[in-house]
Amino acid sequence: MLEVSAIGKTFHAGTPNEVSALRDVSFNLSEGSFLIIIGTNGSGKSTLLNAVAGTFPLDRGSVTLSGHDITKWPEHRRAKLIGRVFQNPYSGTAPNMTIAENLSMAARRGLRRGLAWAIPRALRSELRDRVRTLNMGLEDRLDNDIGTLSGGQRQALTLLMASWLKPDLLLLDEHTAALDPKSADQVIRLTNEIIKRDKLTTLMVTHSMQQAVRLGDRLIMMNRGSILHDIQGAEKARARPEDLLQRFEDVRRREQLDAPVAEMLRKAYV
Amino acid sequence: MTLLLGASTVGLILALLALGVYLSFRIFNFPDITADGSITLGAAVTASLLVMNWPPALATLAGFFAGALAGAATGLLNAKFRINGLLSGILVMTALYSINLHVMGKSNLPLLEETTLVTQSESFFGMLFGPGDVQVFGWEVDQRDAAALCLAAAMVAGVGMILYLFFRTEFGTAMRAAGDNPQMIRALGGSVDFILIFGLAVSNGLIALSGSLLAQYQGFADVQMGIGMVVWGLASVIIGEALVGSKSTGIVITGAIMGSLLFRLIVAIALRWGLDPNDLKLITAVFVFLALVVPGALTALRSRAGRAR
Ligand SMILES: Nc1ncnc2c1ncn2[C@@H]1O[C@H](COP(=O)(O)OP(=O)(O)OP(=O)(O)O)[C@@H](O)[C@H]1O
Ligand SMILES: [Mg+2]
Repeated sequence: MLEVSAIGKTFHAGTPNEVSALRDVSFNLSEGSFLIIIGTNGSGKSTLLNAVAGTFPLDRGSVTLSGHDITKWPEHRRAKLIGRVFQNPYSGTAPNMTIAENLSMAARRGLRRGLAWAIPRALRSELRDRVRTLNMGLEDRLDNDIGTLSGGQRQALTLLMASWLKPDLLLLDEHTAALDPKSADQVIRLTNEIIKRDKLTTLMVTHSMQQAVRLGDRLIMMNRGSILHDIQGAEKARARPEDLLQRFEDVRRREQLDAPVAEMLRKAYV
Repeated sequence: MTLLLGASTVGLILALLALGVYLSFRIFNFPDITADGSITLGAAVTASLLVMNWPPALATLAGFFAGALAGAATGLLNAKFRINGLLSGILVMTALYSINLHVMGKSNLPLLEETTLVTQSESFFGMLFGPGDVQVFGWEVDQRDAAALCLAAAMVAGVGMILYLFFRTEFGTAMRAAGDNPQMIRALGGSVDFILIFGLAVSNGLIALSGSLLAQYQGFADVQMGIGMVVWGLASVIIGEALVGSKSTGIVITGAIMGSLLFRLIVAIALRWGLDPNDLKLITAVFVFLALVVPGALTALRSRAGRAR
């Protein structure tokens, strides 16, 4: 389904700010699987999702999705196969356009956009029905600008938009991180429902250990641009928040150890 | 009366410019300076073709497409070569100055004997109402003035309507979204580059159409006629927004047309009262500056007053 083979990305190569955000990351994801990605800040989680979505060209490696080698595809072309929700609630919707207009664009994700009416009557009633399933009362506010909504409402709508036409792959990048706990719960519940209902193949980044253990059927932990752990099947089902925290702690200790050692070596040899 | 009529006609013709500027500045947030060159380009292309005895409708259409090409060039520089938007416009505008001179063959091209859209609508008026002056609400109005005004009004109404309908199509909606949040439309499969290039083409096509009509109305094309036109269009859009006080596209389009009309009338009256025409561009620039700064300053002042209390 999704094959990520040895992809690498270095930002600001050849400058003092050089960062190897991805170092030969490889994994395969089978159809319908729901992969959770965790890792410390700056470990490359967002970069991995962006690499799959095509936000920037890769330095090395290839990405194959649904039998297409999409490595060279520009972002907007990949959108035919990929639905996306961003961390920032402002990123996924056009604030000065109405709910209906925003959704109507999602109804044509990856399709040709011509001179047909954006919101024909049939679509309008479908919009109302689908928005009603969010249980947020937004079905009566279809002509309000999205900019007037709360972050939680926007993320719920973005989620609906990303999954309006069933995507081959759904990308969620800490899409509840900017929300208050109550809205976050609501959006997570909705996420789970949609993924289960449509059997969506999903990559989801999260910082919440609760979400990481409760959701998904596979979990990878990233560190410094590589995959450190890959937990699947029964082991994933058994995992508890404390186990994951323990693994973070291990990473931290190893790195603390690494730093003095590196310093010592530098002093000795440079 | 003739003064007001003439001012209204020019106001309506320049409303096309305002609509073009609205598209680039407001829809895309793109400070497109190409306008100064493309309005002259439209005038130059149409005038040269009219001198070669092309049918006026075709010559006008050619002016539109020439402007569209110029806008596409600016969009290409920005989207494909990643040149800063302002600079892209400046480059194309500068190039257009030479191109316009080549198109016209000299710096001023008069249209004395040529058949234009204006002379055509004048003869159409003559057929409808017979020769001589036309009565409008009891006023005697010169037939040419009345015909030109109706022509300009019809063109603007048509273009405004098409634009309004366009913004409600799938592609038009995507265009507004590309300006509002490019990241979002990209994630939904829209090519922001293509949309921008197309949008700037339409914008400059409209601006060139405005120049084409202006040349036919005033009876000449001049290589200098575009100077400061961006600011002029922007002023109209700003006045329009203040007039209608709404952001919904249909209303803003109407507002921009009204803004252009009103602005031109104010200018005509001010000139009549003895304003030095040389000061016109300075005053326009200061006006746009104030319109851009004052609303923000007022909000800041109000919130400070609110905190003080
Ligand atoms: N566009 C970019 N330009 C330069 N550096 C970047 C860019 N995107 C990411 N980086 C760098 O790459 C590294 C990985 O960043 P990334 O955003 O993938 O981390 P993350 O795991 O998502 O972190 P967080 O949990 O904070 O979201 C960081 O050091 C970051 O500064
Ligand atoms: Mg991130």
